[in-house]
Order: sequence, then structure tokens, then C-alpha cells
Amino acid sequence: MPEVTADTKMSARAVRVHYGSKEALKGIDLDIPANRVTALIGPSGCGKSTFLRCLNRMNDNVATATVDGDIRLDGQPLYGPGGIDPVLLRMRVGMVFQKPNPFPKSIYDNVAFAPRIHGVAGDRDHLDGLVADALRKAGLWAEVKDRLNDRGTGLSGGQQQRLCIARAIAVRPEVILMDEPCSALDPIATAKVEELIDELAASYTIVIVTHSMQQAARVSHQTAFFHLGSLVELGATEQIFTAPTQQLTQGYITGRFG
Amino acid sequence: MPSVGDRHIVRSYDDALKKLHDALARMGGQAERQLSQSLQALEQGDDSLAHQVVAADPRIDADEHFVNEQTVRLLALRAPVADDLRTVIASLKIAADIERIADHAASNARRTLVLNREGAPAGPVRALIRLGWRVQALLAEVLEAYLQHDAGRALAARGLDQEVDQLHSSLFREILTYMMEDPRTITACSHLMFMAKNIERIGDHATNIAEMTCFLVTGVPLTAPRPKGDVSSSEGLLPVPDR
Repeated sequence: MPEVTADTKMSARAVRVHYGSKEALKGIDLDIPANRVTALIGPSGCGKSTFLRCLNRMNDNVATATVDGDIRLDGQPLYGPGGIDPVLLRMRVGMVFQKPNPFPKSIYDNVAFAPRIHGVAGDRDHLDGLVADALRKAGLWAEVKDRLNDRGTGLSGGQQQRLCIARAIAVRPEVILMDEPCSALDPIATAKVEELIDELAASYTIVIVTHSMQQAARVSHQTAFFHLGSLVELGATEQIFTAPTQQLTQGYITGRFG
Repeated sequence: MPSVGDRHIVRSYDDALKKLHDALARMGGQAERQLSQSLQALEQGDDSLAHQVVAADPRIDADEHFVNEQTVRLLALRAPVADDLRTVIASLKIAADIERIADHAASNARRTLVLNREGAPAGPVRALIRLGWRVQALLAEVLEAYLQHDAGRALAARGLDQEVDQLHSSLFREILTYMMEDPRTITACSHLMFMAKNIERIGDHATNIAEMTCFLVTGVPLTAPRPKGDVSSSEGLLPVPDR
């Protein structure tokens, strides 16, 4: 099994996932380097989203799902008896979904929600600071600072997605998981989210699942190609898109998949 | 397992890439013909063949424009990746090399018209023609390797250029000797010197094509420098070896 290197934020070894009797992941070894963007690509049903959801135990909520193998965050196991508490884990590993899903609350309360329930916010001033900081980092502050009490659901799609990113980073996670964060956005909103991913990579570790090959090429440092529950190829994004080593990878990214 | 075929799911993408490939094959064949006809024109003192070579040059220029437009279109509309990207980039660069090769052949044909009128010393002309056929073989081999996507063959052909460089160096010295011995040959010999340089340049363009072929096939750019056998640019600076 490959050795885990020092700059690895999360590591997966021999990860298998079953949904009932169906094997969705067939033993994945993959390292997520710190402060880098890792893109997971592959056709529908290849297991990339399943793998993403293992990284903060989202599959726990799927009754039929069983996860085997070893996943670690900074060397601490996620699963098993000595595993990190799932609530704490999800504070350290945040998630942004495909469809923007702000809570039906004010913009302010959306961002303040997690700091409040995790008890990381002190007094009102401190919470105000956290909210403003998260909105700034999400590149949304200038657009919403005068209407923090408006409902989050009243924003445009792109703004809503950046609000969800602000909500995810309000508790200062170490890793942000993104599951097709731009698939419901227009090109301008997509560009803003991609710019945001670039900026966030300086302080966070990001894993993004995307169906847009060009997006993976634009935003990620390393790219993992999944197919039928296996990891076919992992490499520097530039290498994957100019000279992939596997025929399957080449067939998929060039559109010659039969 | 799904199969990874030669064909894209979007068939018009294949059509666009095939147009590019066909244009390159046409240009390559045309450039080979231009070079061989320019050599024949010199060998046989054939003015009308030399005129043909000069007249045919704009056709290759037009093909190169087509390749340029087609690559820009493919890059903009298809955003090619992996081997498709390398195919498009290699086409663009190789088309430019082929266009230069044809230019050099046309330039030699024009100079041949002068030599046919003025007369030229037979020794250097023979050596020049020998050099030309050597480069012709190199070019044919490299173009074949490119069209067949054969990196090993391209790499092997690239090695032949060293010999071309050495022949060019010795031809350069031979022409100098003629000019020193008989100043009446200076006009013809100057033309011969430029013609030799043109042929040597064609060899260099052929090695560029070989290098792009390796990149196209393997995805790894060739970084190791090619051994150079041409010392003519230092003539007069270095001690002249025994002749």
C-alpha cells in the first residue's frame, strides 16, 4: 500500500463502499495533499461522489451503505472505535453541494448557524466578526453587507452558492468538499466560484467533484479519474490533461468512451 | 469495461481532426515534391522544372493558412485535451516547418535559374545535389514517421541530421576553396553557398518535425539537445582541419 507523505491532509487506503450488495467503491488508495485542490472526475456512477461523501461520513446517513478501509484526517482515523466524533469531523471537513441550499433564514443567520450550534461564537460582536469574515472570504460581503437580514433564498443562484461556501467556512474547517458546486450556475457565477476556490486553496484543502473537465483543468492541482468504482489514474492536473498514462483516462477526457 | 475507440462520440470532432491530418499529409507530400524537383532542376539544368517549383509555392502557403485557421477553430470550439491537444499543437508547428521547407526549395529553384545561365563548378554542384538527396531521404522518413505516429522512427531519423550537418560543413569549405582559386566563380559559388544553407535548414526543419512527432506520440517534449555536426558558422574562427 502506498506510504502516506508528510503534506497529506487526508489519506484513504483500501476504501470499499457497498450499497446493499452493490459494490460502489472497490478499494481506493488516495492521498489528499494539504492546501491543494484535488478534482475527482469520471462518468456518472463511477464512485467519485461516494468517495467524497466518505471523507466526512455523509454515507452514515444512507441506511444501506457500508464503508470499509481506512480514512484518516491528519493521521486520525475517521471510522472505527477510535474514530473522530462525526460532529467534530464535519466541523473540520465542510461540504458544499451541487444545488445551492441556503436555509430559509436571513443571510446573517445562514452564516451564523454553524458557529452557534458548535458553540464557537462568543458574544454578539464576535459572531458579527465571524459572519463578516466568512462572507468576505466567500467574496460576497460587498454584495450583501447592507442587507444581512434579507432572506438567503432571495439571492441569485451564484450568490446563494457563495453564501453556502461562506456558511461552510464560518466554522473555519480544514477541508472543504464540493460536490459539483457550479453545475447549477451560469458562466459568470461559475467564474466567481472558481476564483474563490483559487483563493481558498491558500488556507484550506479542497476536494471537488465535477463533471466539467474544463473546470477540473482550471481549478485543481491534482486530478483523480474514477471508473466503475476504481481509481484509474491520479496525477498532476496538467499531466492528466496533456499526457494521461491510461487509455481509459484518455478515452474519457477526450470523449472517445464507447 | 467500455471500449476506448479511435472515434469520438461527437463525429464532427473526428471530421475536423481528419481535415487537419489530410492537410498536413498534402503539405508534406507537396514539400517533398518541391525539394526533389528543385534538385532535379539543378541536376539536369532544367529551367522549366525550376519555374514549376517557384510557381507551386503559394499552394503550400494556402495549405498552411488553412491549418492555422483549423487549429484556432479546434482550440476555440473543442477545447481539445490529451492526445487531441497534442495533435492540434503538433499540426500547427509542423505546418509551419513544412511551409519553411517549401520556401527553401523555391529559393533554391530560383537560384538554379541563375546557375543554369551562369554555369557553376561541377564539383560543388555534385556535392550539393548529394547533400540534397540525403536531406530528401531524411524529410521523407520524418514525414512518414509523423503520419504513422511512429516515435521510434522519428527519433532514429532525427539522428541522421548530424550527418547532413557534417556534409554541409565540408561543402562550405569546398565552395570557399573554389572562390579563392578562381574569383570568376564567386557569383555562382555564392548562390551555391546559399543553396547549401537552405538544404541544411530543411534538415533542421525535418528534425523539428521528428521532435514534434515524439511529443505527439509520447506526450513528453524532447529536451535532450540534438548533437550538432555543423561547424560552418565558425569557419575562419577555428583552425582549418587538413583537407
